[in-house]
Amino acid sequence: MTMIFGVPMAVFMGQLTLGLVNGAFYALLSLGLAVIFGLLKIVNFAHGAQYMLGAFAALLGFRYLGINYWLALILVPLVIGGLGMLVERFLLRRIAHLDHLYGLLLTFGLALIFEGTLVNFFGVSGARYATPEILQGGLNLGFMFLPTYRAWVLVAALTMCLFTWFMIERTRLGAYLRAGTENSQLMQAFGVNVPLLITLTYGFGVGLAAFAGVLAAPLYPVSPTMGSSLLIVVFAVVVIGGMGSILGAILTGLGMGIIEGLTKVYYPEAANTVIFLVMILVLMLRPAGLFGKEA
Amino acid sequence: MTESHTLKAPSVVAKRQRRANQRRTLFYIALIVVGLVAPFLAYPVFLMKILCFALFACAFNLLLGYAGLLSFGHAAFLATGGYVTGYLLASYPGLTPELGIIAGTLVATLLGVLFGVLSIRRQGIYFAMVTLALAQLMFFVFIQAPFTGGEDGLHGVPRGNLFGFISLSNNLTMYYFVFAVFLFGYALIQRTVHSPFGQVLKAIRENEPRAISLGYNVDAYKLVAFVISAALAGLAGSTKTVVFQLASLTDAHWHMSGEVILMTLLGGVGTLLGPIMGAGLVVSLQHILSQSPLGNWVSVMLGLIFVVCVLSFRSGIVGELGNMYRKNFK
Repeated sequence: MTMIFGVPMAVFMGQLTLGLVNGAFYALLSLGLAVIFGLLKIVNFAHGAQYMLGAFAALLGFRYLGINYWLALILVPLVIGGLGMLVERFLLRRIAHLDHLYGLLLTFGLALIFEGTLVNFFGVSGARYATPEILQGGLNLGFMFLPTYRAWVLVAALTMCLFTWFMIERTRLGAYLRAGTENSQLMQAFGVNVPLLITLTYGFGVGLAAFAGVLAAPLYPVSPTMGSSLLIVVFAVVVIGGMGSILGAILTGLGMGIIEGLTKVYYPEAANTVIFLVMILVLMLRPAGLFGKEA
Repeated sequence: MTESHTLKAPSVVAKRQRRANQRRTLFYIALIVVGLVAPFLAYPVFLMKILCFALFACAFNLLLGYAGLLSFGHAAFLATGGYVTGYLLASYPGLTPELGIIAGTLVATLLGVLFGVLSIRRQGIYFAMVTLALAQLMFFVFIQAPFTGGEDGLHGVPRGNLFGFISLSNNLTMYYFVFAVFLFGYALIQRTVHSPFGQVLKAIRENEPRAISLGYNVDAYKLVAFVISAALAGLAGSTKTVVFQLASLTDAHWHMSGEVILMTLLGGVGTLLGPIMGAGLVVSLQHILSQSPLGNWVSVMLGLIFVVCVLSFRSGIVGELGNMYRKNFK
């Protein structure tokens, strides 16, 4: 059997895929954070809770309404994103003129409410969501066994990332969004409905989180606390990459996933902490972040 | 602020300052009297919990209220103080509690220097995210480190004899010791806030570029404020461990960092009394809810209070009362 630095090739590749899959989630979530941050200038602390809500919506939709995975993948982001738009319209808008730290605190409170409510109904132990039949099993690539669902998650997440990039960089709506990020007052003076744009942007960011949640449902146990610990890691990823660039967010997310996966192979004790350690390193060497423009 | 001073005759300024000082002295006396009488009116253990969290919240308030830095990782310092003190007191029976507390506080201070140096490199929300991530790093360290007892935490930490001869097993004695620790921390914070150093901190909070252009080494000021705040949070954690004889992962969890923010916000950011009041309210609320059928809804309630505070109550209870007083009686 081929060995890579003293580890069997299959194990190495297995952890590498696992890392890539985690990285895809980091990328999707940090992308959503970056999109929201760009226009609203707030850090959406409820992002983890919204990701968790996405997974729960898929689970409950299947359990009580018989909505299958593929339908959930489309419906859930729309529903949770809509919920996000209501949050923006009725809560965040009221404090938009204040210091942006208040937005962080408000969304933190929302995260506590979502998480606490679901803990009361479903407990903290996770529920299982069945992998759709067509994605069960795996491919034997000769040097490793690749579970089909993981491959699908990678493809779906990256497609979504590229779609977001395309939307923002290559469409008229995206041009508005980028212009609003630069100077929203001037945009409004030109007759663009900026408040609506803000609502849509927040809804889109939240929808991305919910999409990630549906993707994650068959992969990880669906529990009310699944989002919060992930979100803190995503924050570290965001600090490492900086929120200035979309491709930067995607690359950093994937890169950190790979680093985490490899740490699991060679030094499992540090697997939980390695991303934070990378963050410390980046703060020391390049305080603005790898792709960041501001200090 | 400086302009309004130069416009008024110096005597008016002096008079106003004297009045403010008088009010503060009165407030301190009232605080001490209430603190001395309290254990005869309420259960001392409950009061000690409030005092520990009040010190924690005051330490946090020094950073948020006077330096304008929102740390989302203060649980790390509380837990570090608690774990170090707990470990030392449990493994070295000859060690007196005050030495254990000093040791815990010192380690938390060192951690504060480390975290401070790293996190003040970023501003605003990045600062909050960096501190949160660093605190999460410490959380994983505490889970895996051999001396913390992992998921179980440290139990049965002896209270021991203060200075070697005052037994702390009596709750009333323990209370007065905790009260003394609290007053020490509180006095240190007040001294810091009302010193020239504190004035510079406020200047940085109000307008950082201007403070830089005036020649202040902004990063050094922020770092010192961060370290003092971390040290006092550690002191609160160490004292709490001695009181409750345990140290656990709850103190290191990011929920704890959120709770201290809530205490400060609810009471009033940047006020003298606010954090104490906020700590009292949040601890009481948790206590009352945990004994009611709503026991599982604590975190939801805290979240709701957060949202209400941010939406309509941003100066906190003390701040809003102050605004009302100024509006109606001046």
